[in-house]
Amino acid sequence: MMLAVIAGRLAAALPTLAGVVVVTFLLTRALPGDPAAYFAGPAATREAVEQIRAQLGLDRSLGVQFLGYLRELARGDLGLSITTGQPVLSDIVARLPASAELTLLALLFAALAGISLGALAALRPNGWLDNLCRVIATLGVCLPAFFTGLLLIYVFYYLLGWAPAPLGRLDAFAAPPPHVTGFFLIDSLLAGDGETFRSALAQILLPALSLGIFAVAPIARITRGSMLAVMSSDFIRAARAHGLSARTVVIAYALRNALLPVVTTLGMVFSFLLGANVLIEKVFAWPGIGSYAVEALIASDYAPVQGFVMTMGFLYVLLNLAIDLLYRVIDPRMEVTG
Amino acid sequence: MSAASLAHARHVLSGNPVTALAFGLFALLAGTAILGPALVPFDPIAAAGPALQPPSARHPFGTDAIGRDVFSRVIAAARLDLGMAFAAVAIVFACGTLAGAAAGLFGGWTDRIVGRLADTIMAFPLFVLAMGIVAALGNTVTNIVIATAVVNFPLYVRIARTEASTRRGAGYVEAARLSGYGEAHILFREILPNLLPIMMVQVSLTLGYAILNCAGLSFIGLGVRPPAPEWGIMVAEGASAIISGEWWIALFPGLALMIAVFTFNLLGDGLRDIVDPRRRT
Amino acid sequence: MTIDRRLVLKGTAAAGAAALAAPPFRPAAAQSRRETLLMVSENPPNSTDIHGVGANRPAYEASWNLYDRLLTFGVKKDSNGNDHYDYETLLPELAEEWDLRPMSVTFKLRRDARFQDGTPVTAADVKWSFDRAVSVGGFPTFQMGAGSLEKREQFVVVDDHTFRVDFLRRDKLTMPDLGVPVPVIINAGLARRNATEQDPWAMTWLRSNPAGSGAYRLERWVPGQEMVFARNDAWTQGPRPGLARVIWRIVPQSGNRRALLERGDADLGFDLPPKDFQELRASRRLKVISTPVENALQYIGMNCERGPFTNVKLRQAVAFAVPYQRIMEQALFGQAIPMFGGPAQPETAAWPQPSPFTTDLARARALVAEAGFPNGLDTTLSFDLGLATVNEPISLALAENLAAIGIRVTINKVPGANWRNELLKKEMPLITNTFGGWLNYPDYFFYWAYHGQNAVFNSMSYRNPQMDALIDRSRFAEDRAEYEAAVKGFVAIAWADVPRIPLFQPNLNVAMQQSIQGYRYWFHRQLDYRTLSKTA
Repeated sequence: MMLAVIAGRLAAALPTLAGVVVVTFLLTRALPGDPAAYFAGPAATREAVEQIRAQLGLDRSLGVQFLGYLRELARGDLGLSITTGQPVLSDIVARLPASAELTLLALLFAALAGISLGALAALRPNGWLDNLCRVIATLGVCLPAFFTGLLLIYVFYYLLGWAPAPLGRLDAFAAPPPHVTGFFLIDSLLAGDGETFRSALAQILLPALSLGIFAVAPIARITRGSMLAVMSSDFIRAARAHGLSARTVVIAYALRNALLPVVTTLGMVFSFLLGANVLIEKVFAWPGIGSYAVEALIASDYAPVQGFVMTMGFLYVLLNLAIDLLYRVIDPRMEVTG
Repeated sequence: MSAASLAHARHVLSGNPVTALAFGLFALLAGTAILGPALVPFDPIAAAGPALQPPSARHPFGTDAIGRDVFSRVIAAARLDLGMAFAAVAIVFACGTLAGAAAGLFGGWTDRIVGRLADTIMAFPLFVLAMGIVAALGNTVTNIVIATAVVNFPLYVRIARTEASTRRGAGYVEAARLSGYGEAHILFREILPNLLPIMMVQVSLTLGYAILNCAGLSFIGLGVRPPAPEWGIMVAEGASAIISGEWWIALFPGLALMIAVFTFNLLGDGLRDIVDPRRRT
Repeated sequence: MTIDRRLVLKGTAAAGAAALAAPPFRPAAAQSRRETLLMVSENPPNSTDIHGVGANRPAYEASWNLYDRLLTFGVKKDSNGNDHYDYETLLPELAEEWDLRPMSVTFKLRRDARFQDGTPVTAADVKWSFDRAVSVGGFPTFQMGAGSLEKREQFVVVDDHTFRVDFLRRDKLTMPDLGVPVPVIINAGLARRNATEQDPWAMTWLRSNPAGSGAYRLERWVPGQEMVFARNDAWTQGPRPGLARVIWRIVPQSGNRRALLERGDADLGFDLPPKDFQELRASRRLKVISTPVENALQYIGMNCERGPFTNVKLRQAVAFAVPYQRIMEQALFGQAIPMFGGPAQPETAAWPQPSPFTTDLARARALVAEAGFPNGLDTTLSFDLGLATVNEPISLALAENLAAIGIRVTINKVPGANWRNELLKKEMPLITNTFGGWLNYPDYFFYWAYHGQNAVFNSMSYRNPQMDALIDRSRFAEDRAEYEAAVKGFVAIAWADVPRIPLFQPNLNVAMQQSIQGYRYWFHRQLDYRTLSKTA
C-alpha cells in the first residue's frame, strides 16, 4: 500500500521535475557572461574566443544544446565548475551534507522556539503574553538573514569572544571526522571524538541560530492556531473534567494533537530555509551548496548553478513525499491521495 | 467600505493595540515614501560632508564611506523600496489571483496548467530563483520587480484557487448561472470580489517579503545599481564597516527594513482579524 | 522496538555526555601551531596547474609554491625596509648555472634536484614542461611569448642535466620570463603516465595532482574551502623554509577576515578594503606591509574608436575633470601613489610616472565646448564589479564631477567573469580599470596597453603609428640613451593623446601577526611561503 502511494506520488512529480529541468536550462543559458571568453584566457583575441566557443559547442542552436544537456544528465554528468575546477556532481555531493546539517539544526531551533512560543500564546489568547509572543516571533522574520548573521558575529565573536571564529564547519586546526553521513555532529559522535564534536557544535551554533530565527514566526503562528482549535475540543474538556492537571492536559494531550498541522508547515519552512540559507552560508563561510551556487552565479559559472537548482528541485519533491508519508504515519485517519 | 465594516474595524483596532500600531506605522511609511525625497536635508546621492562621521546634530544618522548623509539616504530609499515592493505585489496579486480563481472555478485543463506552472516555480528555493532571474535578465528595477512577482506567484494561485473552488458550488454562484450569466462574468463579478479581502491579507505579508528579497539580492550584488539609495544596498555596504566600528551605516537602513517588514506583517495579521476573525492564527 | 522520541533523546544525551568526557586539548598541538601559518582570503584557487585552462590568480600562488622554475629573482630592500624581489638579479633555482650567448642560453641543472615522488629532475622534464607551456594556448602561451619563447624547437635537451633555449630574436625579456610563474618544471614521467590519447598533456590529472619539485607538497585540497601545504623536507633549491605547514582558508566576508586577523585567529590576509588596512596599521596590533605594485596603474579609459571619446579634446576635458585628490582619499584612504599633477613633459624614463593633469573644472568645461558639445552628452561608465571596493567610489566621484561639466553618466557594474568579455568587445565608451605587467619595463607596459596591435589590454583601441614606432624601438634598443629617449617619446604622446588617464599606482597591502617574518613582495602579488617563518 505504501509503495503504491510512493509510486503514485513520484509519477505525479514527473511533470514538475521535467519543468525544473527545462527552466534550469533556459535560465542558465540566459545568464550573462561568456564561458568561452573565460576559458580562452585573459589575453585571447576575438578569434581565439570564437574557437573555444565552437569547441564547447556554445555556438550551436538552443535546441541542439538542450539535447546535449539531457544526454549529459542521463549520464550523471553535471558539467565542470570553472571556479573550483571540479565536476559539479562531486562538488554538490561533497557540500550537500554541510547545508543539510545547518538547515536541520536551524529547523530544530525554530521548531523548539516556535512551538514553545505558540503554545504559550495559545494558553491565554489575546492576553499580553499572546501579543508579546506574536511580536517576538514576527521580529525574527523582519530582519534580513544576512544582517542577523553579521550582528551575531559582531556581538558574540568580535566583542564577547564567546563564539568561535566564523571559519566554516570546523576550527582550522581540526580535521574532519571519518565520513559516515557527512554530518560532522553525528560522525564525530560515532567516532567517539569529543574534541571534534565540540568544535563542530561551536561552529554551527551561530549560523543555525541566525537561520532559525527566521523560521520561528510561521511555526509559532501555526502552533498557536492549532492549539487554540484543539484546546476547545471535546476530548480536552473531558480530560479536564476528569481532573487531570493543566500541565498534563496541555503537554501530553493538547500539544501532541496540535502538532499535526505543524508537521506540514515544517516542510514548507524547510524549503524556505534552504533558500535563506544561501545568504547565511556566505556570511559564515559555510561550505554548503548555497554559497557554492551564489559564487558560481556571480562568476557566471553556470554549470554549478544548473546542478544546484536541479538538486534542489529533486530534493524538494522527495521532501514533500516524505512529509506526506510522515503525516500518514502520525495520523492514519488522513487519506493520502495519490 | 460600508459604515458597518468601518465600525467593525474600529472595534477590532481598539481591542488590539498592536494592529493599531501597525496601521499607524504604515501611514508613516507611506508618507515617507511619498513626501520623503522632497523633505530630506541633503541630496541622497551627492557627498554632503566628510566621510564616516558618526551621528551628530547635522547628520542624525552619520555619513557613509563617500560622505553621503545616511539619514537622507534612508528616507529617500523608502520610495524605491516600497515602490518596488508594491509594484511586484500588485503584479502578482493581479495575475496570481486571476489565474488561481480561474483554476478553482473552471477546473479541468485550466486547473492542471496553472497548477503545473505553480508547482514548477515552487520546486526552486524561491530566493535562488529570484537570483537566477535577476542575473539572467540584468539587475534593473524592472527585473527585480518581475523576479519578486514570479517567485510569489504560486502562493497567490494556491490561496485563490482554494477559495474559488470552495465557492464554486455556492448558492449565489448557482443562482448566477441559472440567470444565464456566463462563466467569465461569474469569475469577475461573483468570485473575485469575495476573494479580495483574503487576498489583501496575503498582499500585506508579501510586501514584507518583497522588501527583504530585494535586500538579499543587493547583498549579493544583484540589486539596484548605484548610486540609487536602497536599504538593502546600504546594509551590504555597511556590513564590512561594522567590524571597524562604523555601526551607523548598516544599522539605520537595517532598522528601516525591519520596521517596514514588521509593519506589513502586523498589518497582515490585523487585516485578517478585520476581514475574517475565524481565521485568526 | 519502536524508535520513538524518548529513545532518540536518551541516546543522544548519552553519546553527548560520553563525548564531553573525552580528554581536552593536547599540548603537542601548541608546538605545531608555531610552525603553521593560517592564511585567509576571499577567492579560492581552482587548480594547482598554472597551465590549466582558466586557472585563476590564486592558482598561481599554489603553483608557485608547489613547483620550481629554472631560475628565480634575487631580493633587495624597498624604501620601507621590506623584502622586495629584485628584477635585475637572476638567481639559480633548478638550474645551478647558465651560459648566456647572443642567440641562446644553456642551463646546467642541479644534480641533486628531485621531484616530490623521488625521481630526479632531468632536462627531458624541462623540455616537456616548456613544450606544454607553449602548446596549450591561452594565458601560459601568451606569457611565454612575451619573452619570445614561442616554438618547441627552441627547447633543446643537450644531455640529462644540460638544457638549451635557442632564441628567435634578441629580447631582453627572455631571461626574466623564465622566472615568472608560468615556466614550471613538471615531472614529465609521472604526468605522461596519467595522460591519455585525448589529453596528451595530462591537463585533467595535473589540475589536482601537482607533480613538481617545489618546497611544499599538497597535503589536502577541499576545492572552494581550503588548501593545506606541507613542507617538502627533501627540497634542495634554497634554504629550508621556516614553516612546516601552511593552511589557506577561504572566508568570503571581508569583515570576518578582518575580525579573524584582529583576534589572532588568522595569521595573514591580503584582500581587505583599503580602509581596513589603514585602520589596522594605525592600531599597531598587526603588521601591515604596503608595497606599490610595480608597473601597474588604475586608470580611466576612453574608447578611441567609437563613441564620443574619439575626440581628443573631449578626452582631455575628462582628464581635467577627474577629482584626483578625492579619489585618493575616499577610494584609497591614501593607500596608493598618486599619478597626477606631474611635469608637462616626461623628465625620466621611469614608469609609472604622474601625468600632467590636475582637477580643473573650468578648463574641463572649456574643452567640452571646444570639442563641440555645448549641451554636454550622455554616456555610460563601466567597471568590474569584482573589484567594486575600489572601483565603485572612483566611479561615483567621477560621475559627480563629469555631471558638473555637462557629461551625464549612467554607471554600469559588470559582473566579474563578464568583465573580460566586455573588454574584449571594446565597445564600452568609458571605463575605469587596472592593468599591470609582470615584467617591470615601461615598453612592456606600453606594448600591451598602447600599441596598435590592439591586444585585449589596449582596452581603448588606441592606434597611433608614431606611438608604435617608438614602442618598437624601445623594446629592442641596445643603447641606454636611445632606450630612454624612446620611452620619454611615447610617454609624451600618451599625455598628448590621453586615451587613458592614470589615477594612481596601487599598493599591495598585506596584514599579518607581529610574529610573522620573511614576507617578500613578488611581482605576481601572491604569497611565497618559502621565505616565511614565525617567531614565538
